[in-house]
Amino acid sequence: MTVVAANAGWSALIGAGQTLTIVDLEGNQAVDFLVYSAADTAERYSAQDTITAQGNIFLTTGSVLMSNERNPLMTVVEDTCGRHDTIGGACSKESNTLRYGHHTRPQHACVENFLAEGAKWGLGKRDLVSNVNWYMNVPVEQDGTLGIVDGISSPGLKVVLRAEVDVIVLVSNCPQVNNPCNGFNPTPVRLEVA
Amino acid sequence: MERPEAPEGAVWAEHVAPDGYTHRVLARGTVFRLANPEGGACAHVLLHHVDQPWERLNVADTVKVQWNAYGGHLLLSDQGRVLASVESESGYDALCGTTPKGRDMFVRAAAKHGLGKRDLPPSLSFFQGARVRPDGSLHFTGPAGDVVTLRAELPLVVLIANTAHPLDPDGACTRLEVTAWRDQPTGPDDPLWTATPEGRRAFENTHEYLSARGSA
Repeated sequence: MTVVAANAGWSALIGAGQTLTIVDLEGNQAVDFLVYSAADTAERYSAQDTITAQGNIFLTTGSVLMSNERNPLMTVVEDTCGRHDTIGGACSKESNTLRYGHHTRPQHACVENFLAEGAKWGLGKRDLVSNVNWYMNVPVEQDGTLGIVDGISSPGLKVVLRAEVDVIVLVSNCPQVNNPCNGFNPTPVRLEVA
Repeated sequence: MERPEAPEGAVWAEHVAPDGYTHRVLARGTVFRLANPEGGACAHVLLHHVDQPWERLNVADTVKVQWNAYGGHLLLSDQGRVLASVESESGYDALCGTTPKGRDMFVRAAAKHGLGKRDLPPSLSFFQGARVRPDGSLHFTGPAGDVVTLRAELPLVVLIANTAHPLDPDGACTRLEVTAWRDQPTGPDDPLWTATPEGRRAFENTHEYLSARGSA
């Protein structure tokens, strides 16, 4: 069991059949997440293949995280929150300049965590793709309007993922303070591999 | 197939057959037009910055920064810059991506620019799309739109696969027409530069990059 501090990154190799549990300890905390096939990291999570395979943009119990080769990487076997985002991507210093102004460039961001954690596994900039945002709430209105709105998560909610093959997972405990995805106050999360 | 009619001085004029692909390096300022002459094309598009192809289309930033999942005037890279500006009455699909057939074509097109599987991010499609219901479910909306006009705001590798939308129950498409000609990139005096604060900052980031590199 590991507690990932607010704003920090984490990564691990998870064997086929093992589970990863992600607990939102204090509530309203987005957890950015990428997953790669350990056997060939060019095969990695595909948000687009995942949502077209299940016909729904939200992830919850039963959702299968598909690879870019349309193979299952992980399955959500338990979810006490209800729904999670996979279209909003990760915050970066660069996209922060667009959304919130050039003055936010020095702030920490999820892409920084992904790059630092990915480097431990030989993964680099080219390996970053659209990710999962556990506990993040991104509804799409009828006209396509999309916003990162107040979280629907609360303290102690959890997501349990089962690895379908050996996988490498990268996690960024989201440091964003310019929108409500972390309640403007990033907090720790607990991760458990079993 | 015959080449489509193109304006004088065109740098690219091509018909892309159903389940065919094309690719080209385009200079900054080049305008490229996708046309849907038989109404059933589905153009899956990827853009890479030719100077540094690890900088490429980021569909998540594109929808998030413009606050809309179904369309916008800017196609953004992961570096907070504008790869291309776009005029499309029917918007685009940034959610669904392509099919295994489309992906296979992207793999081959990318290889011809020295790019591999790791260089293929989520893609965008034009002329076919889907909408999201309140419960998050997707429904296919079928064909829409005749013409999409894009302007390269950085020098680009453009990869295009013409194949059915992943949610299309028929799994078929019709030919796509691509034409391109030299023009100017969007400048500070163009209304698009200042149309939104987010877009203005994206153009500023693009200009800053080009200035420092010595190509603005």
